[in-house]
Parts: sequence; C-alpha cells; structure tokens
Amino acid sequence: MLSSLAGVLFDGFAYGMLLFLLSVGLSVTLGMMNFVNLAHCSFAMVGGYTTVSLVNKLGWPFLASLPAAFVTAAALSIVFERALFRRLYKATDLDQCLLTIGVVFISIAAFAWFYTTEQQSARVPAWLQGSLQVGGMSFANYRIFLIVVSLAITGLLILLLERTRFGAQVRAAVDNQRMARGLGIDVDRAFMITFALGGGLAGLGGALSIQVVGLDPTFALTYLVYVLIVVSVGGLGSIGGSFAAAVVLGISDMAGKYYFPWLGAFLIYLVMVGLLMWRPVGLFGKR
Amino acid sequence: MASVEYFRRQSRWRPLETAFWLCTLLPFVVTPNYLSLASQIAITALFALSLDLILGYAGIVSLGHAAFFGVGAYTAGLLAKHYLGEPLAGLVAGAAAAGLLGYATSHIIVRFRHLTLIMLTLGLGLLLHEAANSASPLTGGADGLQGVKVGTLFGFRFDMFGRTAYAYSLAVLFICFLAARRIIHSPFGLALRGIRENPTRMPAVGAPSRAHLRKAYTIAAVMAGIAGALLTHTTSTVSLEVLSFGRSADVLVILILGGAGRLYGGIVGAIIYLVARDQFSGINPQYWYFWIGLLLVAVVMFLPNGILGGLSARHKKPE
Repeated sequence: MLSSLAGVLFDGFAYGMLLFLLSVGLSVTLGMMNFVNLAHCSFAMVGGYTTVSLVNKLGWPFLASLPAAFVTAAALSIVFERALFRRLYKATDLDQCLLTIGVVFISIAAFAWFYTTEQQSARVPAWLQGSLQVGGMSFANYRIFLIVVSLAITGLLILLLERTRFGAQVRAAVDNQRMARGLGIDVDRAFMITFALGGGLAGLGGALSIQVVGLDPTFALTYLVYVLIVVSVGGLGSIGGSFAAAVVLGISDMAGKYYFPWLGAFLIYLVMVGLLMWRPVGLFGKR
Repeated sequence: MASVEYFRRQSRWRPLETAFWLCTLLPFVVTPNYLSLASQIAITALFALSLDLILGYAGIVSLGHAAFFGVGAYTAGLLAKHYLGEPLAGLVAGAAAAGLLGYATSHIIVRFRHLTLIMLTLGLGLLLHEAANSASPLTGGADGLQGVKVGTLFGFRFDMFGRTAYAYSLAVLFICFLAARRIIHSPFGLALRGIRENPTRMPAVGAPSRAHLRKAYTIAAVMAGIAGALLTHTTSTVSLEVLSFGRSADVLVILILGGAGRLYGGIVGAIIYLVARDQFSGINPQYWYFWIGLLLVAVVMFLPNGILGGLSARHKKPE
C-alpha cells in the first residue's frame, strides 16, 4: 500500500510536470492579453511532430530534437501571432474562440495528412528506458528525466520573471495592461515574446509527452481540456499557480486511475469542480 | 411612449422571417434524399437556439451544454425502451429531466463568471459523461443504448427516408422557436440582456439578477432536453456521444458561427456548419476538418460576430 502510494505520487508528479509545461504559456498569455488561445495545444503538437520527424526520419538523437521542438513551436507561434491573432486582441472572446478553434481543426487535418492518424512514437536513448530501483520501489528513468527537466525549466522561468527587466514588464502587463502601457512598456513586444516562449514550452511539452501518452492528430483537442483545467484552477497569469494546479491534477488523475479505475476520469473533474467552487479565481489567481 | 413602439416594432414578424420558415419546407420536395440530414439540422438548430438563450442573451458561456441534450436523449431512450414508445411523452419526459438538472445546476452556475464559469460548465458536463459511461447497466455505457423502440407519431411511422422525422423535428423546432422569440421580446428577455451587459447594475435597478439567470438557464436546459429527445426519436438509438465534450464544443462553434445573441444565429449556423460538413466529408472523408477550420477562420476575419452579426454590420454601414 505504502509503496504503491509512493509510485502513484511519483507518476502523478511526472504527469503533472507534463501538464505544467503544456499549459504555463497559455496561463501567462491569457493573463496578459485576455486572448483566448484554444490553439495552444496545436503548438504542442507541432513540437511533438518535429521530434518524431527528426528522430525517426533524420536519425537525430532524442535529446537534440527537444530544443528543435521548442524552436519550431516558438517560431510558428510568432508567425501565427503576427499574421492572425494580433488582429483579434480587441475582438470579443467568442470570436477569439471561433478563430482559434478553426486553427485547431486545420492543424488536426494537416497533421493527419502528413503523418496519418496513427499513434506516433519516437525512439529514446537506452539510458532513458528501464527504471531505477530504490528500496524495493521502481522509478521509470524517463519520468525522472521528465521531472528534472521540468523543474529546471520552472526554475529558469521563475528567474526570468522575477529577476529580469523583461520579467518585470510581463508582470506589470499581467497586473494591469493599460497602466503598463502608460508607463511606456512596449506591451505588444513583451506579449509577442511571451507568446513565443509559451508556444515553445508547449512544443517541448508535446515532444516530451510522446513517450508517456503517445501522439496523434487529436492531441490538440484531447489535451486542450486538461490545459484549460490547469489554467483555470491555477489562476490566470500565475506560474506558481499553474505549477500547483498541474501537480494536484496530475496526482489526482493517477490516483484515480490506480485506486478507482471504474471511475475513469471522474476524479480529476471532481477535483477541478471542487477547487473552482472553493476558489473561483484559481489557487493563486488575483482576479 | 416612443420606446414602447420601438420594442413592438422589434418583435413584429418580418417578411424575411416568414419567407425563411416557408423555405424550411423545401427539403420535402427539392432534396428528398437529404431529409435525414435536414432533420439533423433542425435538431442541432434547436440545440443551438437553447444555447443562444443563455449565451447570446444572458451572457452565460457554457462548454457543457451537451449535459442537458444528453439527459433528454437518454430519458427519452430509456422511456421508449422500457415503458412506452409514444414520442410526445418522450419529449415531455426528456424536457422535464433536463429541466430538473438545469434548475439544480443553475444554483451553482449563477454564482460564477468568466473563465471559472466556463470551466464549471465544462466540468459538470464531463462529470455527467463519465457517470453515464460508468453506469453501463442503465445506459449501455460506451456501446450506447440499444433496443429503443419508438412508436408512431399520430399514426405516422418513422420511415427510412426521414419524412416523418423531418416533419416532426421541424414542427418542434418551430414551436420552440416561437417560445424563444416570445421570451426574448418579453420584459424578462430585456432584463436578461441587461444582465449580460452589466450584471452589477441590473440589481440596482430592481432586477433580481440571479433569479433571472436561474430561470433562463432552466428554460435553456428544457429546450436542450427536447432537442436530445428528438434525436433519440429520429435515430432510435442513444450513443454516449450525446453527452460528450465534442457535442458541447460543436454547438458552441455553430452558434458563434451563425451569430450569438440573434434568434436566427443558431439556425443559420446549424445549416451552414452541417451542410458544409456533409459536403466536405463527401469530397474527402478524412480531411473535412481542414475546410471547416478554414471556414471558421474566414468567418471571424471577414464577418466578426458571426455570419448574421457580420452581415448586419455590413448592411448598416452605408447609411
């Protein structure tokens, strides 16, 4: 019982880290511009398929493909932000939803066209397979890797936001966009960089998730629900909130699947509804 | 009293509306092979109309509206399977069950706003979906409800060409539309629009915001339940898909596409979305998503606020 509990906590934490990478960008950009980007997971899918192509077709090592996944997804986010999303910052939420869901549909069809609808996988190096035995419990190497990478990125993100000039601009824009503009902060530029960063992180999350949940073109819709849950439970624009929410949801999802398999995904939704009713602005949200 | 005259004029039937409803009879003679698609459109239009009452008029964005559609569908299905197959009784039962659920959840819904509200509707919808999936002895789980025997409607059987199905769906849609039209143009409908525009100010002028929203939410749930029951009667099956997130998202897309906050928004959206999907999937069954996506992007770019909203804005500009 105790060892299974540790296993569930470990797996849930690793899963939560994945959800965190996928959703942190959306949380910050939603908090900043109130732009409802339902296509966020499409950028994650871009990262995932970049890794699949590089590893399986071009024979790149898995580790080298991860930065490439980040860069591709970030670059594509900038293109979409400049060409399409930028025109809609003043539009209604409903129009933003419709446009971005249109982008999701297009991305699903496009990836189905290029990669078929089959589940894709990417070879990982031998040292990432297998598992580590500690005191009678086994921890999958890949999940340890996932946790280490995600914690490192979280640390970097917090440093970036709390200690740099750019971070101060982003925080100001999240707190009060108009005031930030009034102080001479170039919110549009800060937003573009944040959007690219968020898209890139989603791409990295997409690439890292292949090994855990697989990758097929419906990823953009399936994980959209999870990402929205993390964003709303964590509170808009809060990195710490997204982190906490992702961990709570990851662990409750794993616990639900392990201890109450007949409930299906019931537990994760119940946790979400409960948390939102308790704290409507999210765990760490301000408004 | 010029303002009263203004509201009267708003609620009067226009020739274009009469023409539109006459056109809905055309499929019987012009495209008799597409009657089952036509009844799908009528059902979806009713579902979208019910969402419009809360989203377009009361400002409650819901990503879980399929909950009521599904409850209506399952109630009608279970009634027809175990007790009696009389369609009208099924409609009433589906409407009542969905309305009860709507009233119960409305107490939660009206307390929240913005993203939290959307996520709560989504969460409640997903919870119901999971519950129906788990309760397979009752609902058939992922296999769907089998053995639904729908009786005759005023002596007409539901034939394989879908004549009865379309006539039935269209008649119910029209009756519900009249009800919705009446509600929208009533003082209650005006109060709802006021709440949508400014939820803190309406109580200040004496309108009980939350009570109004609860009422609107329940009415929308009843209507969605009727749409679900219609689907059960016209297809004689109930699949788990009626409760899915996909159905909630689809109807939201359809309503925004047509134009939220307009009586005909959901109907126009349903016609365009479902006809486009039928045609695109006819051309290329695997990639119709691409063209639908392109359609949505194009509508947002060139006709903001949906097709009807964009068209009416363009229409007014030259003045």
